[in-house]
Amino acid sequence: MALTHSCSRLAIAAGLAASLTSAAQAEDLNALIWCDHADPELLEPFEKAHDVRVNVKEYEGTAAGLTLLEQSRPGDWDVMVIDAVDVGRAVERGLLAPLPADQLNTSSYFPEAVLADHTTVDGTTYAVTEKFGYNTIAYNKAKVDPADMQSLDALWSGKYDGRIAIYDYYLPVLGLVGLEAGIKTADLDAAALETIREPLMKLGAASKQVSDVVGSQTALATGEVDVLIGGGEWLTAVLNAENPDLDWTIPEEGGLLWAQSLAIVEGTEKPELALEFIKYITSPEGQARLATSSCYWGMPANKAAGDVLTDEQKAILRWDDQPDYLARAQLYPVPDADTDAAMQDLWTDMLQN
Amino acid sequence: MSIERQEKRQGAALVAPALLWTLAFFALPFAAMVMMSLAHLEGREIVQGHDLGNYLRIFTDPSLRRGIFVSLEITAVVTVISVLLAWPLAWIIATRVPARWRRMALLLAVLPFWTSYVVRSYSWALVLGEKGVVMNALVGLGLLAEPVQIMATRSATIIGFVHFFVMLLTLTIYSNLIQLSPNYARAAEDLGASKWQVIRLVILPLTLPGVMTGAFLTFVLCIGDYITPQILGGNNELTLPQLIMLQLGRRGDFPMASALSVVLMAMVTLAYAACARWLKMDRV
Repeated sequence: MALTHSCSRLAIAAGLAASLTSAAQAEDLNALIWCDHADPELLEPFEKAHDVRVNVKEYEGTAAGLTLLEQSRPGDWDVMVIDAVDVGRAVERGLLAPLPADQLNTSSYFPEAVLADHTTVDGTTYAVTEKFGYNTIAYNKAKVDPADMQSLDALWSGKYDGRIAIYDYYLPVLGLVGLEAGIKTADLDAAALETIREPLMKLGAASKQVSDVVGSQTALATGEVDVLIGGGEWLTAVLNAENPDLDWTIPEEGGLLWAQSLAIVEGTEKPELALEFIKYITSPEGQARLATSSCYWGMPANKAAGDVLTDEQKAILRWDDQPDYLARAQLYPVPDADTDAAMQDLWTDMLQN
Repeated sequence: MSIERQEKRQGAALVAPALLWTLAFFALPFAAMVMMSLAHLEGREIVQGHDLGNYLRIFTDPSLRRGIFVSLEITAVVTVISVLLAWPLAWIIATRVPARWRRMALLLAVLPFWTSYVVRSYSWALVLGEKGVVMNALVGLGLLAEPVQIMATRSATIIGFVHFFVMLLTLTIYSNLIQLSPNYARAAEDLGASKWQVIRLVILPLTLPGVMTGAFLTFVLCIGDYITPQILGGNNELTLPQLIMLQLGRRGDFPMASALSVVLMAMVTLAYAACARWLKMDRV
C-alpha cells in the first residue's frame, strides 16, 4: 500500500505554519528554493510591489525537493526552484503546473541557457531557466600553478594531495570524475559508476575535506585548501573583493553546466501571484539581483540583466567568456531513481572510506 | 469517599499533565518513528510495510555500520577525556579556589553555554586551521617545523566536543563535590591516609554518581550531535547523526532515517540502563 505519510505531512505543515505565523497580515507566497533566493535584497522589491511575504524553505538536491513536494499537501508550496534538467522528472510525477509560455519572454536569454528540451514536456512549458554557471575547478592562483588547473589530471597527480576540497554534492562531482575518466555526463549510468568508483575513492583520499557551500568558501578563504573540485564562479565570486587570487577555470576535459529553473507547483492556490514571482525573477532587475545573491553568484539566464549589472560585476561573472564556456560545458547527469540511489551510495562510500 | 482514595485521585490528577505531555510529545512520535522505520522507499514513494529491511541494511552495509562505530568511538573518547579533565577542574574549584573567586570560576565554566553552538564550532574551525592560532603558536615556538592538519579530522571533532562537555561535567561533578562533608576527608586523614589516598579512596568514589550522571549526559549529547562533526570533521567520516541527515536531506529516505534514529535511541537507552544499573537506579 502506497502511503503518503501523514506524520511527514504533519511535520512539514507544522513547520510551514510556524514560519507563517508572523506573516498573518500580508498574503504569502511559499517558495521551495535554493539559498540564493533567500536573499532579502532579491525578495524585497517583489514583496513591496505585491504587498506579499515570500516564505522560503531551502532544500538541497532534486531528490530531497521532490520528496518534500510528494509529502506535502496541494497548496503548501507555490513556486519551486529546480535543476532545469530535472524538470521532466517532476512533471512526470505531476508536481509542476504548466506555465503560460506566451507570458514568459525568453528571446533575450543566452540561447544555451533556455534549455527548452528540458523545461518543456510534450510542447508544454513547465519551468523557465533563471540562472546558470559551472561546476568545475576553483582554486587559489597564488598557491597553485594555474597551468595545472587546465586539466582535471592535476587533481589525481599527487601534487595537490591534502590541498583539495570536494564540494559536497554528488551529481556534479561524479560528473566531473566521469569526465576525467572520459565518460560523458549523459552516459553516467550504473555500469559507468563502477568505472569511476576507483578514481572517486582516490580523489577522496587525496582531499582534505568534503564540504558544503559555506564550508568550501571558508576553506578556500582561510587557505585550508587551495583547490576545490565542483566549485566555480558561484563560490569564488562572493569572495572576490576579499581575495582576488581566488579563481576558477573550465579544464580541457570540460565542466558541468548547472542551470536552475523556476516553476509553479501543481495545486498552488495562488497561480497568478506565483506567475508574477516568476516574471519578477526573470526580469532584468530580478535577474541581476539573483545573479549577485549573497549566497552565491551565477550567470543570469536573461542577457538583459547585463544592462543592470555593473561592469565590475560582469567582469567577475566573466560575462564575455560565456560563449566559449557554454560550448565546453556538459549538462548535469539525469539519473533515474535507481541510478540516483546508486550514485548516493557511492558518494556515501567515498565519505566513509 | 475514603481519604486514601481521594489522595490517589489527587495524585493521578497531578501526574496526568506530565504523563499526557510525555505521551503526546515522546511516546506517540516515537511510535510513529518506529512505524516509519518498518516502511521502505520504492522509487521516491514511501511504502508502508512491516519488514526489517532497513535494520538489516544498517548492520550489513559497511558504510552505515561504520557510522555506528565512528559515533561510538568518538563518544567514548570524548566522554573519557572530558571526565579526566573535568574532575580535577571541579575539585580545584570546590576545594582550592578561594570562596570569593569560586563564583567567577563557575561563571567562566558556564560561559561556553552562552555562545551559539554553530558559531563555536566555526570558531574552532578557524582556531584549529593550518593558519589558526594553535598552529601559528606551535610553529612560532619551534615545536613544529610546519603546520600539521588538525582541522577536518576526527581530532578536531573531539576537541570541539571536549570543549563543550568538560564544562558540563565540571558543573555536575562540582555540585556533587560541594555536598560532601569535609568530615570524610578529616576522618580519613586522622586514620593516616595521605592527601592522595584521601582523594583516591574517599572523595573520588563518593563523587562517582556525579561523574556517571555527567558522563551519561555527555554520551547522550555527543552521540546525537550533528553540528560539530559536520563542521569540524570535514565530512571525512560520517557519524550516525550525519547519516540520518543524509537520508533525510538528500535522499528523502524517511524510513531509513527513522531506522537509524531508532538504533540511536536504542544505544542511548542501553547507555542509560548500564548507567542506572551501575548506580543502582536510586542514585541517578
